[in-house]
Amino acid sequence: MRFATTIIIGAGQSGLAMSRHLSARSIDHVVLERGQVANSWRTERWDSLRLLTPNWQSRLPGYAYSGDDPDGFMTMPQVVHFFRRYAEISFAPVVTGTRVIRVAREDAGYEVTTSQGPWRCRMLVIASGACNIATVPTLTTGLPHQVTSLTALQYRNPALLPDGGVMIVGASATGIQLAREIQATGRRVVLSAGEHVRMPRTYRGRDILWWMDAIGAMDLRYDALEDIERARRLPSLQLVGTPERLAVDLNSLRSAGVEIVGRLVGVRDGRAHFSGSLANHCMLADLKMNRLLAGIDEWVGTNGLTGRFPSPHRYEPTNVGPEARLSMDLHDSGIRTVIWATGYRPDYSWLDVPVLDRKGRIRHDGGVVAAPGMYVLGLPFMRRRKSSFIDGAGQDAADLAAHLNQSLARAAA
Amino acid sequence: MTKMTSAAAAKINNGVNVDALLGARTSLEQAPEAAQFKWRASCEWLNGTHSRSMIGSFFGLGAEQSRNKNFRLEADHPTVFASEDNAPTPVEIVLSGLASCLTAGVAAIAQRRGIQLHSVKATLEGDMDIQGILGMDDDVRNGFGAIRVHFDIRADASEDDIKALVAQSQKRSAVFDVVTNPTNVLVTVN
Repeated sequence: MRFATTIIIGAGQSGLAMSRHLSARSIDHVVLERGQVANSWRTERWDSLRLLTPNWQSRLPGYAYSGDDPDGFMTMPQVVHFFRRYAEISFAPVVTGTRVIRVAREDAGYEVTTSQGPWRCRMLVIASGACNIATVPTLTTGLPHQVTSLTALQYRNPALLPDGGVMIVGASATGIQLAREIQATGRRVVLSAGEHVRMPRTYRGRDILWWMDAIGAMDLRYDALEDIERARRLPSLQLVGTPERLAVDLNSLRSAGVEIVGRLVGVRDGRAHFSGSLANHCMLADLKMNRLLAGIDEWVGTNGLTGRFPSPHRYEPTNVGPEARLSMDLHDSGIRTVIWATGYRPDYSWLDVPVLDRKGRIRHDGGVVAAPGMYVLGLPFMRRRKSSFIDGAGQDAADLAAHLNQSLARAAA
Repeated sequence: MTKMTSAAAAKINNGVNVDALLGARTSLEQAPEAAQFKWRASCEWLNGTHSRSMIGSFFGLGAEQSRNKNFRLEADHPTVFASEDNAPTPVEIVLSGLASCLTAGVAAIAQRRGIQLHSVKATLEGDMDIQGILGMDDDVRNGFGAIRVHFDIRADASEDDIKALVAQSQKRSAVFDVVTNPTNVLVTVN
């Protein structure tokens, strides 16, 4: 049986950043990867997707974007190339084509069963991603059989959809991007929006993520929040990466012809029913966005930088009309496809160690899992707001590599 | 929201024991089964459209909760419906329930956010096309076509912070959920 002091599961940004830090500390390790480097980016994304973060923000330990378009947004092939190059220059010990089937506690470490045979390790780092499985509400069962049901992980492009209208459920980054590109092909698109996070692409002449980085919002720590679980459950920011730096929100989608309806609450006898809470969800999102913009304005003022940026302003309040539809006969309305953009969750089906809570989430304190020598990386707001961003992988990996190193040293003493 | 200093929170008083509510939430995280509540009402016909409901015990925190008293709530219909107008109509009681739920939420959230309230007044109006309840037109629903709630709030906070109180109250309101989302209603008779 093969042995490594530390096994990292997954060769994405988190796994590679951790590998880099472990190498720097001369800690023997391997990175087990079910496919190739950046596998999820390579195989589980729709065709048009670009990173939501600008190129300059693709920063990893000892590596950063160095091209000539720092404010652009990488396509998926570019992202894959970026990570493959990182793995090469880091000499990351990646073992590709090795799917982890089971992890179980064994003596002073873990036994890791893989598609290529067993491994043992003392320390285990789970860096297999936060978006392995599309979360789909149970109410899919009420859909008429003529309606095709797809998750965002299955969606590739509008041309592959059945002819006819499309209902997209969920208004996070995924939902608004899909609504925009499918509507642009001339189809009828209905977007069901519950709680969402409205975010302008740019503000006062800079990318919104530049601002969030500058004012320290991305570095906000998990232990500085009153209700971290709520922060971790927040849907993704309503952003799209395009060369034109387009802002996409419910207003722009509505002007483009997308029908906005409330949260989908049920499907019965072929009718979809929507919550009457849409106006409040839009109000919550507008207020939250304006709090962020006010925080930016305050930071600019406090730092005496008022002259360096265009003047403050506010965006139009979300207007979804006074009478959003509360139900819709899917067949009569020509809806032939429903796409579930209702979130993602990690897959821990292979993890045979009792560390999951009653909702199936891994129990951890800032990435230190509730089992000896086990760590997790890359989850939303895991240690910082940027934990699930490429730019957040480095600092989290540095913190956890230090913790891991101390644990090893204690065990050796 | 980042952690509020206890000094700022201590200065304000909206009469809501937020610490107890937060404590309850922490306990329920350990024992989620105790979060299962059952609310009850019974109602007896008096005469015509006049009825009286009695509201007393409920189930929660894993046990029957008696409150040593019963509340009486009457309902009737107005004279334009050829009734005696002894009490508000049931749909007006629904509006009252929505208003009370949102108002309680505003007070609790304001307390939690360290906002001193001076006055909170909600005014509600619900649109109804009574062709529905009279069975004149199957395309018209029985219930409200729309409900408008207006809050007039005086508090030591900015306009946006006050709007955020009301928005958060809607997000966490039971009655707001009851009126905006479908619920299975199972009626039996013996």
